[in-house]
Amino acid sequence: MNSWLRYWVIPASFAMALMLTMLPLPAWAQPYRPDWVALVALYWVLALPRVFGIGLSWCCGLLVDVAQGALLGQHALGMAVIGYFAHRFHQRIRVYPLAQQSLLVLVLLCVKLTIVLWINGITGHAPDNMLLYYAPALIGMLLWPWIFTLLRDVRRRQKLR
Amino acid sequence: MQPLFQQATGITLRLVLLGALSVSIMTLDHRFDHMHFVREQISLLIYPLQILVDLPARLGTWGASAISSQRTLLDENERLRSEGTLMRAQLQKLAALETENARLRDLLGSSSKVGDSVLVAALLAVDLDPYRQQVLINKGARHNVYTGQPVIDASGVMGQIIHTGTFTSTALLISDPSHALPVQVDRTGLRTIVTGTGNPNRLELRFIPTTADIEVDDTVFTSGLGGRFPPNYPVAIVSSVERPRGQAFARVFATPTARIDRSREVLLVWHQTEPLQSE
Repeated sequence: MNSWLRYWVIPASFAMALMLTMLPLPAWAQPYRPDWVALVALYWVLALPRVFGIGLSWCCGLLVDVAQGALLGQHALGMAVIGYFAHRFHQRIRVYPLAQQSLLVLVLLCVKLTIVLWINGITGHAPDNMLLYYAPALIGMLLWPWIFTLLRDVRRRQKLR
Repeated sequence: MQPLFQQATGITLRLVLLGALSVSIMTLDHRFDHMHFVREQISLLIYPLQILVDLPARLGTWGASAISSQRTLLDENERLRSEGTLMRAQLQKLAALETENARLRDLLGSSSKVGDSVLVAALLAVDLDPYRQQVLINKGARHNVYTGQPVIDASGVMGQIIHTGTFTSTALLISDPSHALPVQVDRTGLRTIVTGTGNPNRLELRFIPTTADIEVDDTVFTSGLGGRFPPNYPVAIVSSVERPRGQAFARVFATPTARIDRSREVLLVWHQTEPLQSE
């Protein structure tokens, strides 16, 4: 069997993440929507850095840009930067306990949000409420243990390493 | 055997390259509008996902109409029929006025509106960037939708198309802070520009001198001066006028007449004007 076919779970997980990103939510819940694609990309960079590097996480960012109707390249840049930090320190982050990993994920998500915020500010789409703007990072931190465990189980079942 | 400690320079270099690539793509997209082709290709990839996301909403509408009682349908049918009769009656008068208008314009020797053709499109129940006022509609380049095309609903101007995909396109609403629309006040003929505020129920009228004649409840129509929107479509109703002392311009806000955050169906307008005839 073609060895590349074993990696189908990676595109499948991103398809799910993109759908969750586009899923219509009531207006009050929209600012809290976690950055699903960034969370999934962080997992794959940490788990399989040789297969899924910062190039592919940049491409996923580009998909988000098109899906969200944002400026082409703004999420891509943010994803490349957090992908870089995750890739650079993946050996260290992998052995952290889940709680500590979650805190690190919070920091990385805030970095990405800040990059997107700067670009939005330059193009004149700055949000009114700064505290609310960073809410998705907090939600992402709370979700990380579940995403990590779920994707790890899927990866082990597919015997990807 | 994989090396345990890999060289970090490789990925740092890659990050720098990707960063430079992102910045150049963003510049091309924002300043020069050169990324249509790339966006169209990627949106084709995302299209199946968008359809899947939209499916529950569509099933919901379908289910609601499937299980609604005969009584409700009869009532609705009755109401729509009377509405149709009323509109046809109004249309007769409009047709007469239009021919008269065309004849008068002919006498004056000025160019006249040839007529707009429209296409009904539905919004896809897909969420976009929460900090931009945009909607996704289910017609794309396949249906001859073009960038810059006006989008209206039954009661007013909604926005314009900014990206076209093969089967879908994205419309920027008039309530987005980066959208500006040349308009004219119906009562006085005062020309101004309407910009969005990021709030779907609030638009701002810019560059109105404090001494200008504008009042609350004035209706604002497209002036057609930008060349993008056809003239005489309703845009907004003035909701507040503030004339701060010592300032050159009044602060005027308006409520859009289109149901910007509630419409499920929109109209795409193909706007044609006859070129000005040279003497």
